[in-house]
Amino acid sequence: MRSESRIGPRTRIKMPRLVSHPDEVKIVSRRFGMGATDIDRYIELGGYEAAKKCLAQGSDWIVEEMKASGLRGRGGAGFSAGMKWSFVPKQSAKPKYILVNGDESEPGTCKDHLIFLHDPHAVIEGTIIAGLAVGAKMGFIYLRGEYRYLLEITERAVTDAYDRGFLGKNIFGTETEFQIITQTGAGAYEVGEESALMESLEGKRGVPRIKPPFPAVVGLYGGPTVINNAETIATVPHVITMGAAAYAAVGTPRNGGTRLFCISGHVERPGVYELPMGYNLKKMIYDVAGGIRGGRKLKAVVPGGSSTPVLLPEEIDIGMDFDQVGKAGSMLGSGGVVVIDDQTCIVEFALRTISFYAHESCGWCIPCREGTDWLKKSLTRFHAGFGSKSDIDNIQHLAENMLGRTFCPLGDAAAMPTIAFVKKFRQEFEDHLNGKPCPFAREGVPQLTVV
Amino acid sequence: MSPRKAKSEPASVFSPELAARFDALVKKYPVSRSALIPMLLYAQDEVGYLSNAVVAEIARRIGITELEVRNVATYYSMLRFKPAGKYNIQVCTNISCMLRGAYEVYERFREELGVGPDGVTADGLFSLEEVECIGACCWAPAIQVNYEFHDEIKPDLVPGILGAYAQRVEDRAQDPDKDA
Repeated sequence: MRSESRIGPRTRIKMPRLVSHPDEVKIVSRRFGMGATDIDRYIELGGYEAAKKCLAQGSDWIVEEMKASGLRGRGGAGFSAGMKWSFVPKQSAKPKYILVNGDESEPGTCKDHLIFLHDPHAVIEGTIIAGLAVGAKMGFIYLRGEYRYLLEITERAVTDAYDRGFLGKNIFGTETEFQIITQTGAGAYEVGEESALMESLEGKRGVPRIKPPFPAVVGLYGGPTVINNAETIATVPHVITMGAAAYAAVGTPRNGGTRLFCISGHVERPGVYELPMGYNLKKMIYDVAGGIRGGRKLKAVVPGGSSTPVLLPEEIDIGMDFDQVGKAGSMLGSGGVVVIDDQTCIVEFALRTISFYAHESCGWCIPCREGTDWLKKSLTRFHAGFGSKSDIDNIQHLAENMLGRTFCPLGDAAAMPTIAFVKKFRQEFEDHLNGKPCPFAREGVPQLTVV
Repeated sequence: MSPRKAKSEPASVFSPELAARFDALVKKYPVSRSALIPMLLYAQDEVGYLSNAVVAEIARRIGITELEVRNVATYYSMLRFKPAGKYNIQVCTNISCMLRGAYEVYERFREELGVGPDGVTADGLFSLEEVECIGACCWAPAIQVNYEFHDEIKPDLVPGILGAYAQRVEDRAQDPDKDA
């Protein structure tokens, strides 16, 4: 349920429910629910001090501090933010840019939603700091088109920051220039991929670019570009304020700090919880999120958004950081933990997942365009009870042949979960054979339609 | 701009406010074409869909061809070339929402409105769309009505939601200054 709240003088909006748990370590979310969309309140809560500190310390210090913090990209790939910044050439004939990725579209992920809603100035301040670190004079904050109300909140915050002189020709009264431009998308998952994001921002179809060259060298409008997820950028001012060592100490080795985990699906208390990196997944589900809804049994967990391979109940006693989830055969991804109970049909779940990727494939690479379409067709037929035993191997074979054969990771994002569903739930696929109705079909519950 | 060109330009299909906003938008970015996607979306918000006249005027304002505009517009799933209802109901049925009953919610909207996928009610008030993840997974099942989010929807909340929007139209008819 949303509670009514006033964000600005004229706009009344409904806010999504916030949750809390004693194990949370609130760093990125520490200003949530505290009225920090108001610039005075943000400053009162320590805002824009990190940007001032960075102006005094200079670019090399910022990059070293970020490297030392162990902050890894929150979009999904988990690349060191400090390393990414260090790849930007010091001298460049073309202007350098910062691009904040707020296209948040990975199913299971809704953390940036709360960041823009409660703490847009943290994104602005993080963007300024990224700009100082690499010597960029302009930053872009790109929000998905569906987040119109969040774009309006962010645009108001940007205007306020300009009015205070925190943005513009002489930020904080110095000789340094930094401008921020906000941008809206119009509905496209693929635009969350960094090169497709740049294409979209240039007013084109969101089709990815061939790499190399990497964006740090040739990016937006041909200039060197740093692209970071909104959560990564919103974390930056906190890293500077806390100090890199203190931030790193919160997490596990090579996985600094906290993460906004979006726990959704069949749990008692779904919500966005900020927990230290490496927090135990089992504890996250049973303790933090209150366990499986209605006292049912756990069947599976998608640990990091819909593109990450599913984990079985016996595989969830792991720490949620990039390395440990990777070792368990999946990925930490975007932090979207989707919990599935024993009343759920995995074939249907796999079908819904692949339908999404088939809808979102940009169509450039054939393995992705044709592969997602064929997987969707096969799974639709299979779930309807018209599958044959060879289909099961064919689905896996098809998905395996998509892996690594596309220019961007969307092909992998569709293939990886599909392979895991077939491998780990083969019996359930076999239960759909020979014209048998879906074992989980219930009276009054519509069968899956396809978008 | 030559007087001849100015003379041949058709009158704007947009309101003076939106036209002024677009004048600013094309100057906002280092490259004017970056304004294309926001312009398409804002134009659709006002006109209801991307009509031929909308496409033509946006192409002219940015200085690209109509084909280039269509080429981009067809890529983005929020953009449409035919009218939707005054209130476009977008039910997310992606995994997190599906697990918590999104298809039951979608079915209930279908029943209440009597329209199928992408259908528009006869009075033009509502349209129904099944959409991909809208970024409200922890408050599932979630829907968007135009740009407004509604969280934790159950099928029995559907008539109330529809009633509230229908009421909004009536309120506005009586008091045009009231917030949309």
